[in-house]
Amino acid sequence: LFSGAARRVGASRRKRRNPAKMPAVSKGDGMRGLAVFISDIRNCKSKEAEIKRINKELANIRSKFKGDKALDGYSKKKYVCKLLFIFLLGHDIDFGHMEAVNLLSSNKYTEKQIGYLFISVLVNSNSELIRLINNAIKNDLSSRNPTFMCLALHCIANVGSREMAEAFAGEIPRILVAGDTMDSVKQSAALCLLRLYKASPDLVLMGEWTSRVVHLLNDQHMGVVTAAISLITCLSQKNPDEFKTCVSLAVSRLSRIVSSASTDLQDYTYYFVPAPWLSCKLLRLLQCYPPPEDGAVKGRLVECLETILNKAQEPPKSKKVQHSNAKNAILFEAISLIIHYDSEPNLLVRACNQLGQFLQHRETNLRYLALESMCTLASSEFSHEAVKTHIETVINALKTERDVSVRQRAADLLYAMCDRSNAKQIVAEMLSYLETADYSIREEMVLKVAILAEKYAVDYSWYVDTILNLIRIAGDYVSEEVWYRVIQIVINRDDVQGYAAKTVFEALQAPACHENMVKVGGYILGEFGNLIAGDPRSSPLVQFNLLHSKFHLCSVPTRALLLSAYIKFINLFPETKATIQEVLRSDSQIRNSDVELQQRAVEYLKLSSIASTDVLATVLEEMPPFPERESSILAKLKKKKGPGVVPVSELEDGKREGGELNGGGDRGPDSSTPSPSADLLGLRSAAPVSAAAPSAGSLLVDVFSESGAGGPAAAVNDDGFLRFVCKNNGVLFENQLLQIGIKSEYRQNLGRMYLFYGNKTSVQFASFSTTVSYPGELQSHILTPLPPVEPLVEGGAQVQQVLNIECITDFSEAPQLNIKFRYGGALQNITLKLPVTINKFFQPTEMAATDFFQRWKQLSQPQQEAQKIFKANHGMDTEVLKAKLLGLGTALLENVDPNPENYVCAGVVQTKSQQVGVLLRLEPNAQAQMYRLTLRSSKDTVSKRLCDLLAEQF
Amino acid sequence: MIKFVLMVNRQGQTRLSRYYQPVELGKRAALEADVVRGCLYRKKEECSFVEYKDFKLVYRHYASLYIVVGITESENELSVYELVHNFVEVLDKYFSRVVSPIMFNMDKVHIILDEMIQNGHVVETNHSRILAPLSALDTLAHS
Repeated sequence: LFSGAARRVGASRRKRRNPAKMPAVSKGDGMRGLAVFISDIRNCKSKEAEIKRINKELANIRSKFKGDKALDGYSKKKYVCKLLFIFLLGHDIDFGHMEAVNLLSSNKYTEKQIGYLFISVLVNSNSELIRLINNAIKNDLSSRNPTFMCLALHCIANVGSREMAEAFAGEIPRILVAGDTMDSVKQSAALCLLRLYKASPDLVLMGEWTSRVVHLLNDQHMGVVTAAISLITCLSQKNPDEFKTCVSLAVSRLSRIVSSASTDLQDYTYYFVPAPWLSCKLLRLLQCYPPPEDGAVKGRLVECLETILNKAQEPPKSKKVQHSNAKNAILFEAISLIIHYDSEPNLLVRACNQLGQFLQHRETNLRYLALESMCTLASSEFSHEAVKTHIETVINALKTERDVSVRQRAADLLYAMCDRSNAKQIVAEMLSYLETADYSIREEMVLKVAILAEKYAVDYSWYVDTILNLIRIAGDYVSEEVWYRVIQIVINRDDVQGYAAKTVFEALQAPACHENMVKVGGYILGEFGNLIAGDPRSSPLVQFNLLHSKFHLCSVPTRALLLSAYIKFINLFPETKATIQEVLRSDSQIRNSDVELQQRAVEYLKLSSIASTDVLATVLEEMPPFPERESSILAKLKKKKGPGVVPVSELEDGKREGGELNGGGDRGPDSSTPSPSADLLGLRSAAPVSAAAPSAGSLLVDVFSESGAGGPAAAVNDDGFLRFVCKNNGVLFENQLLQIGIKSEYRQNLGRMYLFYGNKTSVQFASFSTTVSYPGELQSHILTPLPPVEPLVEGGAQVQQVLNIECITDFSEAPQLNIKFRYGGALQNITLKLPVTINKFFQPTEMAATDFFQRWKQLSQPQQEAQKIFKANHGMDTEVLKAKLLGLGTALLENVDPNPENYVCAGVVQTKSQQVGVLLRLEPNAQAQMYRLTLRSSKDTVSKRLCDLLAEQF
Repeated sequence: MIKFVLMVNRQGQTRLSRYYQPVELGKRAALEADVVRGCLYRKKEECSFVEYKDFKLVYRHYASLYIVVGITESENELSVYELVHNFVEVLDKYFSRVVSPIMFNMDKVHIILDEMIQNGHVVETNHSRILAPLSALDTLAHS
């Protein structure tokens, strides 16, 4: 076998000699019997023949071992060696251990060696034998014969059982550091100690030996240094402080190697590269520590790293691939160290450029390693931009590399280098790659695309397009998490709902569409089909027929979802009621053998027949927004990759992560959303009664309310602002970093607002400051002095600020709160509208019907009245409406309006300069789902402002 | 660290295996078959590092012999790749005087490997020092 291997290495030799036919004579004291046996085995034509031959041999050996005649050392060795061979062929061996142990006490090296080899390979911790083995080892260790000592140490290192540790843990450190120990013994002792330390750290006490072990880094002998580094690296990882001194020693050793000419280290030069393995190990040891604090040591190290980078640019000293491989092994290790330090921008960028060259190298191995290494570089803020410049090359690699593991690396790198500036391009490339991607990596690719699309979505129609494309291209690999997520996002963002309905409607037109598409389509049209119903091409019936055409091809869970969509249709579009009831009534539904489907059909049919429009509208109201939380997709990707495999950007300590991904520490296992419908913790205006009272405090500690949808943190809280017109407490703003909660109280023309700033990350915010500004002339209308806050907000901490408000005269604009802070070096700037509105200064006024209408008539001048007619945005539930009107601050007057469906309210707005009486009338029209809102007050600006504010509330 | 070293022929039969982390005997055959499958059928232009479960395989191919090394994350792929070549060079240097397939000299190949890698760590890379114990042995045998 080996002659074949040798052929390539030593081609010149082959010319001189023909490969011999076996059985060959091996060197030294060859064992002819063994050679014959081996060639017999090799000549076996079948597995059966091989087993037969082996059984014959085992029987033979067994009889020899059991025989009366005492075997001599040579025979024992021969048989033990045969057993070893049989074992290595994959057959279990259950005898011969004792004979092997006997060989240990032989004085012949070859016999002893076979004995130890057998034990190393075959004995684990059979305690009975271990005692005998330990005895033999003890003898060899004290023999002062270096080859015997090495064999004994190898054996301890290989078996490494607790009994052995107990017997030898005290002895070995002494052997390791003793001045008169031979170098080869030191090497074995170092590795032996490492094994014992890993297996039984409690038995290996390094205390007194620490400094002498560290000084092995200075040993004259390179082999000793090579072996000792493995031990020191392990010890440093466990006790970094005690072994700290190894840093400066390692740096100076490295420096001597790196700066030496290739001839200096004759024995340890490999294809003109001085001590490549030792260099790699030194660089790896340094990665156990932060950058050296001592300026001189650090300077020397930086010099080494620069030299290594420089050497990569020099012309090679040999054309042999071994030369460049050895050189590059050191280079990659140096780059790992540079990335580990993540503190030298200059070196990071140089490393990146070097890797960039490798991306185009003809050696696949180098391209693979460069992609892998760059992935970690992408997560450093110093080199992120430099990595991004290679985007075209990486995309090209994704398209053209012939090796799937290289393509996988390219995909990982694209994921790591993605940010807002290149997200569209990268997502598009990943999508097109998905069409041809290997099946083994598709699911992971799908998760990555979904995460990037969400994380960097600036406009959510792009996000919706991307996810629908994902389902179209790789529907089978789109897990539940992905399609749950797109629904959560569409429900939470009303700006994208119409677009989503339109797009999903179009996607469903395809003759064959994936079941996941049907799920998303059913859900979205059921919620928002009304937004496209105006177009005759997507009229309610067309929508329904389209969905129903897919019904019979779908699995039970999807059918169940579609049935729910149908009942929602009945509410959205009364004209579809008859058709849908017909479907529900059909035998295939109402008598379906699946319990869930049958139950839904029966219940929905009944609901649609007996419930009034109002009840139906309430029961089937649009889904309330989902609480923001970590994307469950991310959790899935993390789980899939397992710890340690995820690119650094996602690791717990990832430096960039906090800002962009999910900004928090570990979340519990329940952070993955089980199902959209189980998730209805309505936090918004849908349930103002419950949200108003105890919410502020509990919302602020709601660890699940992470913001997954990372929109830009700009001043876009109109939505948040309007939510507070009818309530005083709640979460005003939230992104991945910061949550701002408010709690406010008002009396007369005065108010007090408590602002709670919660740092959601584990990192401190620096230079934290807040200011209030007043657009236009607002300042003359209200006063809101803001006391300073502490400039540092620790990770996970919450700071509070109190804002005292005084209303001078009525006002229309809202004051703006500006928050600035530094998070991981980046300045964050957030501007929010503070929900201070004129209605907050209402005093409720109770009055009888006659009083009300008398005053109503008094305020009959055109400018005193403001009126709006608008479509209901939420359900028209009486209790909800009443709660909102009370939240407004006015008195809700019962039995005043002759029409009991209408609501009338009265109140006085208290400002410092004057009091403004206000009357309000709200007339709902349930059939048309419309309201008419009328406000009359003694001041036109107040009427107008209140009307504007309130029109958004119902 | 290095988890194991395998020497495999073109037919996928293990010729030598050395484990530096305990693997049950029953599982070795399956692992070896799996690992070999992962490497043997790779094309020349594919890269020599293969991700396998939670570790990596580094493999090198010499005519009819494949050497596969399992390594953990903390090991440098290229340095292991060259370590394999260094090992082959040592074997070549030692066995060049008498042509002998490794199967007939399993013990010697083991000695050489043990001089180079102990407990999953590189201990010696210098050819003459790796061969020192064997040379001593040969002198003994001839005298």
